[in-house]
Amino acid sequence: MFSASDLRKGLKVEIDREPWIITEFEFCKPGKGTALYRCKLKNMLTGTTMDKTYRSSDKIEKASMEEREMYFSYFDGEFYVFSDAETFDEYPISSDILGSSVNFLIENSLCNVLMFNGKPIEVELPIFIEKEIVQTEPGARGDTATNVTKPAKIDNGYEIAVPIFINEGDIVKIDTRTGQYAERVKKA
Amino acid sequence: MQRESKKPEDLMRLENIASNLKFRSSFLFYLRKFFIKKGFLEIDTPVLIRSPAPEDYINAPPVGGFFLRTSPELHMKRLAAAGFSKFFQLGPCFREGERGKLHNVEFTMLEWYEAGRNYEDLMEFVKEMLQYTIKRTCGKLKITYGKNIIDFEGCWEVITVKEAFLKHAGILPETAIQNNEFEIILTEKVEPNLPRNRPVFLSDYPVSLAALSKVKSTNQNVAERWELYLGGIEIANTYSELTAYNEQKKRFRKAHKNRKLNNLPEYPEDNDFFEAMKYGIPELAGSALGIDRLIMILTDSSEINEVISFTET
Repeated sequence: MFSASDLRKGLKVEIDREPWIITEFEFCKPGKGTALYRCKLKNMLTGTTMDKTYRSSDKIEKASMEEREMYFSYFDGEFYVFSDAETFDEYPISSDILGSSVNFLIENSLCNVLMFNGKPIEVELPIFIEKEIVQTEPGARGDTATNVTKPAKIDNGYEIAVPIFINEGDIVKIDTRTGQYAERVKKA
Repeated sequence: MQRESKKPEDLMRLENIASNLKFRSSFLFYLRKFFIKKGFLEIDTPVLIRSPAPEDYINAPPVGGFFLRTSPELHMKRLAAAGFSKFFQLGPCFREGERGKLHNVEFTMLEWYEAGRNYEDLMEFVKEMLQYTIKRTCGKLKITYGKNIIDFEGCWEVITVKEAFLKHAGILPETAIQNNEFEIILTEKVEPNLPRNRPVFLSDYPVSLAALSKVKSTNQNVAERWELYLGGIEIANTYSELTAYNEQKKRFRKAHKNRKLNNLPEYPEDNDFFEAMKYGIPELAGSALGIDRLIMILTDSSEINEVISFTET
């Protein structure tokens, strides 16, 4: 159980047997009265949101979630299939749950999958992945500035902004949390 | 000077709030000047204390067998019993677990007392004090805070808790207390609807929320207590101070009991404070004002950490 003073942005709680994540949080305390913890919550299964205010004496259920290590195996045309690194059980995961992460899936890369009652509800990719640039306009010769960018495509067609000096065939590192270019790993 | 590395984020933050810190320094200068002109003594009392005043919802951080003070009130009242009649203090107070846009565990409190005064006298006093300091630091008395302009010159509104609850929530404050929803209604229905274009005194709290204030002589259901609101934000809490020993003993006993019931850390009783009460404290009024929040409003800042140099907590 959490007590109200444990509440903060990003915390996962269980309300009416469903997992919710706190997306906004405000501490508020009138005069000499009880503290109030105002939360905006998002249902991790359905995506619906709600406002809820807790008092300092309230107790909140911890979402009974388990984190499993899984390899991304393949895309079956509808679902992205992950296999548990320990049990080898396969879990089809929809693109709704993956969100923008679908752009950065690499076969056989190890991910953390958050499970609620045996169902995957969130996939955390490795922070950095490496991808080859398959298409980009050549930059001006000798231009080594890093603050000027141009669009570039990776193998699945996802477009990122890269510095001018990046060429087709270069391998770059991408931050999966932001979806942004981080650095060049290998020159073509 | 040749710099080797990029400017650390903390230093950029300080650069951004530098003008607020300068304003704060100038404000505190005129604040002290005002009190001294009015014949007040500045007296510091301990920050590390043995016996915090017991409260249902305020907790003192424990440190090495002592506590950090949540307010200097009990020591200030011992000074009053000893014969000091006009005195103030500016210094840090601490409240465990209180952090947010308007809260920091460590914050700066202005607290002052004057013998022979009541809570209504202090409405006039705080008005004069803010007009004096704001005129000298802001150069004007109409202050922009967010979307509103607070006019410190014109009429300052006084509204009772009962009027405010009936008007904005259609419920009596006593009923709200019984339903355990006083704070929720106050913060969600009353505070957002208080006038923001002028200072507002929310006055005459239900007697069960009297804390250390006196019951009103003309109405036993309410306490002589007000809170000042600026731009919808609570700034200061003021009492005609309770001076009756037995009543004080009774209220503390109840507060100690509530703390025990709620599994909150227990505090040793402040015997010196009660000795002083027994000996006799003259009739007086006192006020506690959150300096950080006041500076926030006067510098049009939306968060408390924009007016504090470093927030470790």
